[in-house]
Amino acid sequence: MKRKDFIQLSAMGLGALVLPNLTAFGNPVDPSRFLNDGIDVKLKKQLADVALNAARAKGATYADVRIGRYLNQFVVTRETRVQNVANAESFGVGIRVIANGCWGFAATNNVTKEAIAKAAERAVAVAKANSRVVAAPVQLAPQEGYGQVSWKTPIQQNAFTIPVKDKVDLLLSVNDIALKGGANFVNSAILAINEQKYFASTDGSYIDQDIHRLFPTFTVTKTDRNTGKFETRKSLSSPVGMGYEYLTPTADNKVGGVVTRYKDRYDMLEDVKNATADVDQKLKAKSVEPGKYDLILDPSHLWLTIHESVAHPTELDRVLGYEANYAGTSFLTLDKWKSGNFHFGSKIVNVVADKLQPGSLGAVGYDDEGVKCGQWDLIKDGVLVNYQAIRDQAHIIGLNKSQGCCYAQSWADVQFQRMPNVSLQPGKDKLSVDDMIKNVEKGIYIIGDGSFSIDQQRYNFQFGGQTFYEIKNGQIVGMLKDVAYQANTQEFWNSCTAIADKSDYRLGGAFNDGKGQPGQSNAVSHGSSTTRFNGVNVINTARKI
Amino acid sequence: MAILKKEEAKAVLEKVLAWSKADECEITLRGEEGGNIRYARNAVSTAGDIDNITLSVTSTFGRKSGTATINELNDDAYKRVVQRAEELAKLAPENPEYMPLRGPETFKESKMYVPATAAMTPDSRAEAVAKSIGVAKEANLEAAGFIENSTDFIAIMNSKGLFAYETDTSVVFTITTRNSAGTGSGFAARGYNDVSKLDTLEATRIAAQKANSSASAKAIEPGKYTVILEPVAATYMLENMFRGLDARNADEGRSFMSKPGGGNRLGEQLMDEKVSIYSDPFHPDLPASTWNREGFPLEKTMWIDKGVVKNLAYSQYWAKKQGVNPMPMPSNIIMDGGTASLDELIKSTEKGILVSRLWYIRLVDAQTLLLTGLTRDGTFYIENGEIKHPIKNFRFNESPVIMLNNVEALGKVERSVSIESYRSYLIPPMKIKDFTFTSLSDAV
Repeated sequence: MKRKDFIQLSAMGLGALVLPNLTAFGNPVDPSRFLNDGIDVKLKKQLADVALNAARAKGATYADVRIGRYLNQFVVTRETRVQNVANAESFGVGIRVIANGCWGFAATNNVTKEAIAKAAERAVAVAKANSRVVAAPVQLAPQEGYGQVSWKTPIQQNAFTIPVKDKVDLLLSVNDIALKGGANFVNSAILAINEQKYFASTDGSYIDQDIHRLFPTFTVTKTDRNTGKFETRKSLSSPVGMGYEYLTPTADNKVGGVVTRYKDRYDMLEDVKNATADVDQKLKAKSVEPGKYDLILDPSHLWLTIHESVAHPTELDRVLGYEANYAGTSFLTLDKWKSGNFHFGSKIVNVVADKLQPGSLGAVGYDDEGVKCGQWDLIKDGVLVNYQAIRDQAHIIGLNKSQGCCYAQSWADVQFQRMPNVSLQPGKDKLSVDDMIKNVEKGIYIIGDGSFSIDQQRYNFQFGGQTFYEIKNGQIVGMLKDVAYQANTQEFWNSCTAIADKSDYRLGGAFNDGKGQPGQSNAVSHGSSTTRFNGVNVINTARKI
Repeated sequence: MAILKKEEAKAVLEKVLAWSKADECEITLRGEEGGNIRYARNAVSTAGDIDNITLSVTSTFGRKSGTATINELNDDAYKRVVQRAEELAKLAPENPEYMPLRGPETFKESKMYVPATAAMTPDSRAEAVAKSIGVAKEANLEAAGFIENSTDFIAIMNSKGLFAYETDTSVVFTITTRNSAGTGSGFAARGYNDVSKLDTLEATRIAAQKANSSASAKAIEPGKYTVILEPVAATYMLENMFRGLDARNADEGRSFMSKPGGGNRLGEQLMDEKVSIYSDPFHPDLPASTWNREGFPLEKTMWIDKGVVKNLAYSQYWAKKQGVNPMPMPSNIIMDGGTASLDELIKSTEKGILVSRLWYIRLVDAQTLLLTGLTRDGTFYIENGEIKHPIKNFRFNESPVIMLNNVEALGKVERSVSIESYRSYLIPPMKIKDFTFTSLSDAV
């Protein structure tokens, strides 16, 4: 059904704000329902035990069950009107089992003891049907049961308690500022997510989690009718693992420079004013001369380059070939890791995987197979030292414990290995962005994320951005347009010559990191400080039709 | 249980509608049943089975609308869902673009439902996968693939007397085979309404042949080349353009269909004369929906006729605003081809590149529809009408609009699948001159 609607739903077009594809089965509901707690934890345990017992009775040697209630609220506006207020709730149960050494999964939206028992039986039947095409039985890393535990995103204000009217008012004020500034079009939206997840397994864990995410965003467009040209500038916000407090900035949350950027909190009204001015400049900007440039990449941009070129190739399922038919494999093969001297990047490049960082999208107490989360090094002093693994992969890289990277986008989807937050560590020595720019002879300073594409083994990538500033002899001399850079991942990270210190460290991220068949979205953050890369190939993207 | 017959669906919708007190009310009932298997390293990795049914009610007072949805089908639930939709409507902001619901209409039946596909089971999926893995093992390759079948129905009814029902089945199969050295990779994709047309053995053989013949690729310089795009490559590239056949974005000046000076490119010769693109829900090889959610019948429609922009989609609101008739978005897309086979296209090429598949296509510039992406799973150098050797993959930066101005020849139309949306299309292989490759990739 989703496929059938594809063309019709995409009629909103390429120029409009593109909203991420979120939870598969969201049902529109009354927003007041969001403030109900959902079903009681005692009842969840009873229902979970029904699933676990039914699976065991049918011959499962392992089972886990996820009872999920997923709440989404999207408030979407354009110019002077509300386009859509969508309140969706999705509630159901997903059951995963091992039988005859093979995984099986089944899900149902009918949350009754009878339907859950049937779904568990279906999951076992699926496992048994597939066991004849299994090469080796599933090998699960041992996992202690935690008993009955819980975890909650440390939020100050639940976004679902803010009336829709207040969100609409904020967005229409944002739009008003853009229109008064001469924008022809402005799209804006606030997306709020709450995942209420209950996990139980035959290992003896009963884990109740309450996870919150928020994403305020806009796109300002100006057109020049005479030339037929148009330019846009997106917000410099990022999706966050926070409550509505993200939208209550103070002076401490602002990073000055060519344009104000934001740390931990976001000023939407200020950013839209700046964006509207940026679009004017973009329309008048000089088209870039292709060639080699030193790039200074702001965290609002670099997060996406980290996501594509570091976080994806260190996913162990890709390395092993499990994603070969879809997202692809990885150039970071096991032999490179085993050698202990594969120079992924220059010596100052240190990248950490993290499922705990406050405010990040990936922060949870436990992953979706009941493993307590933590942090670990992926790249240490430029050398590849580790991957991202889950329970059935840990033994392959010599671990006796999962790294807690298992995630499913909803109760209806099977959990699998998804990336944690993956972040570039700030420079150890004191270094400001201004001081970094002073040393650049011929460079481009890029703010915000834009177009992105990378090959299936993560060697060759191309990125655009939101705004591009030309640097000549240590000075910013004006704005450029039609900029995209192309590089080879290893060459690029080895050309990293400077990283600003921790005072500049900020998070970016996305709600819609895609992987798997059927496709699933994962929410993840990537942190960095402003970073310099030398001699990167820049192309000019202007064409005529 | 999730698939209701026409009369069953109608009975449910009538019961729900009876509770409505709104100015206008529209009810949608839909259900899905199906399953999937994913495999890699020549063994099943994950598998799933899902069924889901949803009933959603949109109530409108004046220009204020509210929608509520449930999963349960019983009299109590019907009353509750209607009441909730009406409460939400009263609280909603006015929608200045609200258009009144449409009245009764007769729709021709679609041919999307095939009983054999609806009858697929975990065992029949496992059997299809076992065949595919068998081919890969024989060829000494590692297979990673995915098979998914689904049966859906949708029924709508509104307070103006409109009722429509439709059911469909689909099965999609994709397969990648790689050699153990990681130097060769091949791919095939198939999508059908009718599972009896799906041959996982044949598709895996093609992927295996590509994997073996693409090993030990040589690097050649990036630049402008004549390319032959196989249908699966062309489909992915063009799907990005089909999404932009919308008048509103064009009229607003922010689409490749916008005309400098204002307005859109309707009537303009935008592409080569060899290019004709249309939609036809009654095409026997690509059956599609015969009505859309607003209650418009979908008929055969030319979008690009011999390179000229013939139609753009107009929503009801935009059509009224512009003083034209509404034109619904299409439910399928067909591009006319020629008579040449892929081999004949290769034979007629003095110097060029055969592209089996494209990958990770993203928009770089909406104004010109400039796209970037890469070749993948079999890229070959052609000289004097013959495939000489495999070459390393390239990144391209190219606009499908520019590409369709540079058409040298079109081959026979095939049913092909987008590797991003999994939608099926009828698209020919195509020979394009001056296709722009901007860098080399080491990826296999």
